[in-house]
Amino acid sequence: MPNYYQPEIETASREQILSWQNERLVKQVHHVWNNVPYYRQKMEEKGVTPDDIKSVDDLHKLPFLTKADLRDAYPYGLMGKPLSECVRIQSTSGTTGRRVVAFYTQHDIDLWEDCCARAIVAAGGTKDDVVQVAYGYGLFTGGPGLNGGSHRVGCLTLPMSSGNTERQLQFMTDLETTILCCTPSYAAYLAESIQEAGLRDRIKLKAGIFGAEAWSEEMRHDIEKNLGIKAYDIYGLTETSGPGVSFECCEQTGMHINEDHFIAEIIDPETGEVLPEGSKGELVFTSITKEAFPLLRYRTRDICVLTRKPCSCGRTHVKMSKPMGRSDDMLIIKGVNVFPSQIETVLLEQGYPANYQIIVDRVNHSDTLEVLVEMAPDKFSDSLADIHDEEKKLVAALKTMLGIYAKVRIVSPKSITRSEGKAVRIIDKRKI
Amino acid sequence: MSVHQISIFLENRAGQLAQVTRVLADHEIDMRAISIAETSDYGVLRLIVDNAEKATSVLLENGFILSMTPVSVVAVPDQAGGLAPVLEALAEGQMDVEYMYSLFTHKEGMAYMVFRIDDEERFAALLSAHGISLADKEELGLR
Repeated sequence: MPNYYQPEIETASREQILSWQNERLVKQVHHVWNNVPYYRQKMEEKGVTPDDIKSVDDLHKLPFLTKADLRDAYPYGLMGKPLSECVRIQSTSGTTGRRVVAFYTQHDIDLWEDCCARAIVAAGGTKDDVVQVAYGYGLFTGGPGLNGGSHRVGCLTLPMSSGNTERQLQFMTDLETTILCCTPSYAAYLAESIQEAGLRDRIKLKAGIFGAEAWSEEMRHDIEKNLGIKAYDIYGLTETSGPGVSFECCEQTGMHINEDHFIAEIIDPETGEVLPEGSKGELVFTSITKEAFPLLRYRTRDICVLTRKPCSCGRTHVKMSKPMGRSDDMLIIKGVNVFPSQIETVLLEQGYPANYQIIVDRVNHSDTLEVLVEMAPDKFSDSLADIHDEEKKLVAALKTMLGIYAKVRIVSPKSITRSEGKAVRIIDKRKI
Repeated sequence: MSVHQISIFLENRAGQLAQVTRVLADHEIDMRAISIAETSDYGVLRLIVDNAEKATSVLLENGFILSMTPVSVVAVPDQAGGLAPVLEALAEGQMDVEYMYSLFTHKEGMAYMVFRIDDEERFAALLSAHGISLADKEELGLR
């Protein structure tokens, strides 16, 4: 059964979508040219002016933006509106510790919340539903995004934030939650806790909207079976707004990208060349409606495939596959972006050798991060208490940098495995 | 009168200790005292050997991380109640022992205890006031 929040947009003809995109892209390029000197300079270096961009067909002429640009332009360099017109920031981690800060005007937030509302309605949400938002609130986009979307649909919204499982279950049973929004690993954990507490009969859930980290079809089936729900994927990134850039419909065969707000391209991550529909490559987004943080051709580093094959749900917007990997070394741990370079930065700052190893695992449906660090001569002491103090300092510095807890294990000098002279930096044991 | 103790970082992993003893054996270094303090992930191996300088250089060559720590060695009669007066003297002087362990010699009738104490001079004076003396390197056969 098709459920649309904005049917005239979500089921618009391809011609109509393309016409919106052409018109908005041209306008957006002028907006950026006039208001974002950082990007204007990139365009000038490439010899492109706004006059060269007449339609989506000309998109490939524009320069890319990467996470490195976001770092270089931090914090205000990519803003398209004066601060006085902005009402919110959200933030995520960057490659070397400098965070990505995205700005929003009220209009930007309205459109973002519309996108999230589409995802909630696609999952069967109506104003009669009780939506439990168990994504983190705060700088992380998950909580605020779904919260706003849920309000727009008119659902009773439970702004739980993440964690405190006992309280989650209490509200879920007492207030008869029907739609759960959180990370898939937390959903799996909640499902297990519900079984253990014998609360299965008191759960009224019908659907879940789960995103911010990778999850497999097997995990989907387990969650669906254990909670008796339909589990929907949702995708987004802080740089383009947050969750709701794309979302799954009842067909569950990919996520519809909200093409009235974002133009998606798939490129070869090596050459930057645009690849034809159906090719596997790196996903690139151009925001055509964002005012405060109007990123053009932003490289997500997510590897996926796009398809315009007609969808049984009636939506006409292009579908993207679940991300199949990354074209950089970013890890998503507990929904948080982690770059090995951030860990390296902390180690060097704290006086440890940069030869480290990161072990990521999933224990009881929750991601774990362990950092193996080689003992350094000047960090050694005859006193175990002194070594332990140094270790605690390192754990605290990693927490500050990454935003999540990392267990530190101090190992023998020069003991970290090197293959062909190069250390194996990341061991990801998660079965996703 | 302090004695050099070698403290070595060891990861809690099979074979780590064997590597140390092998290196020392290959260089004919005799261990006189050994003690380990450990957590679940790593430990500190404390050694007193007959030739500390040589041991340090061969261990460093083999990639170990170590440090030298001064410790005091006390000779006590090898019989019941031999150690008690030493610890009583420490208690009386309100001095803390960071750690202690025993040391082997070939001398009949005596037992030797290694003490790691912050203020070694005061420790020596305190013992001396109680008629107890510290053992020196010669007595222990250490270089």
